[in-house]
Amino acid sequence: MKLVTAVIKPFKVDDVKVALKEAGITGMTITEVKGFGRQGGHTETYRGTEYQVDFLPKVKIEAIVDDGDVSSVVDAIAAAANTDKIGDGKVWVTSVDELVRIRTGETGSAAI
Amino acid sequence: MVLFMTPGLALFYGGMDRSRNVLNMFMMNFWCLLVVPLVWVIAGFSLAYSGSGTFIGNLDWTLLSGLGIDAAEAGGDGGKLLLACIFLGMFAVITPALISGAVADRMKFSAWAIFVPAWILLVYCPVSYWIYGGVWGDGLTGWLGVRGSLDFAGGTVIHVNAGIAALAAVLVLGKRKGWPREGHPPHSMPLVMLGTGILWFGWFGFNAGSAFDANGVAIQAFMNTFIAAAAAGLAWAIVERIRDGHFTNLGVASGIVAGLVAITPGAGYVSGMSPIWIGLAAGIICSFAVQLKFKGKFDDSLDVVGVHFMGGLIGSLMIGLFADPEFFGGTFAAGLFNGGGFGLLVEQMLANAVTIVFSFAMTTLILLAIKATIGVRVTEEEEESGLDLTQHAESAYNIGEVTMGRG
Repeated sequence: MKLVTAVIKPFKVDDVKVALKEAGITGMTITEVKGFGRQGGHTETYRGTEYQVDFLPKVKIEAIVDDGDVSSVVDAIAAAANTDKIGDGKVWVTSVDELVRIRTGETGSAAI
Repeated sequence: MVLFMTPGLALFYGGMDRSRNVLNMFMMNFWCLLVVPLVWVIAGFSLAYSGSGTFIGNLDWTLLSGLGIDAAEAGGDGGKLLLACIFLGMFAVITPALISGAVADRMKFSAWAIFVPAWILLVYCPVSYWIYGGVWGDGLTGWLGVRGSLDFAGGTVIHVNAGIAALAAVLVLGKRKGWPREGHPPHSMPLVMLGTGILWFGWFGFNAGSAFDANGVAIQAFMNTFIAAAAAGLAWAIVERIRDGHFTNLGVASGIVAGLVAITPGAGYVSGMSPIWIGLAAGIICSFAVQLKFKGKFDDSLDVVGVHFMGGLIGSLMIGLFADPEFFGGTFAAGLFNGGGFGLLVEQMLANAVTIVFSFAMTTLILLAIKATIGVRVTEEEEESGLDLTQHAESAYNIGEVTMGRG
């Protein structure tokens, strides 16, 4: 089992959700997060004073998938979240040791 | 209507404040609504208006004595004086509230609680008397009023007075932690815009009502308030578009308030296109004046000095240019541009200079006295956790599903 995590532009959430459903994903978790990468932040001006905002709003998506589905899921996210502009975000994959479905007590791949 | 300005001001300031201090800002404003009316009827109104002295009123109207509702034929005034007392009481409420914007984020609430009534009695009442004293008796006797100084609805008495007091307060308190390196941007611009709208609405009552009658002067004051605010908001927005690249909401809000402040002293003295010139001047000058705090290194949190002091001063001095007694059929002096020479301008300068010196000195003394006894500033730790929680044990925004147990 793998945990696929992606940080993407907030307005791309719906596109990614649709793409993941089409790829056969049955569940995902999203979190509103802030951060910066190469894009850097932006500036806001109040009464003539400029403020630098380093952390930009992004959305973090997490989904646990079977080993065999990893590449299709990663590809689906990368394709759906791409705008060709700086700040599109990243996708990464980490290993998951254990998984339990709370309601039934199922474990491992059966709980995905 | 004028009462509605104080919560309006709380929204205007509160939105500009950071989310952890917004309730403290509201409470500082509402505190004025609790304390000032009582101080006002006990002694404030009497000290600010009664008798025939030169510098301060007597105690004839303390505890509302002498303010009856007898009809005119019975020798009374049908409650006119009582009405003046309540209307002017609203002005007394909002004046110290203006100062709260400058001391935001760091003043101990207990210190503010004591400061407000002390300031009303020791600063607001005397300055008010100098300009308006005797006006509800047998005619003006306050020394500045007798000299011919004009202040229709409180440019000098309210805005210059509170603005310079704000500067004194900022200097006694010291700057906020991290200022100016750390930015303190507004936490909710929609609140600021709503507050601005409420202020504008209330200001019609403030300025037009200062005619104390439903007459032509009130109508002209209404018109002046309408167009000066619009001109100032537009001017500030255009300055920002040219200087910084965008029309900003905060620029529009600040400009509107600067225009309202600037037209206050002249609302019942100027006519025609004059209010537009006053509004444009206020919008442009104040949009640069708010930057002075960075050069002068005084941490005026929400620009009370840049907007209220400067706006009030500009408006008051411009009466010296534009006062138009012919239009109003009034007995006051004409401004420079209406053939009145420099006389009125000099009087306006004198009245403002005296107010600035007195208010600055007296406010400093009051705050130093509070500082020496209970202290004026919260601890560094309280400042960091926010004043809502440390001064009032409340949070402005309880967002999310985390529950609170009954402690």
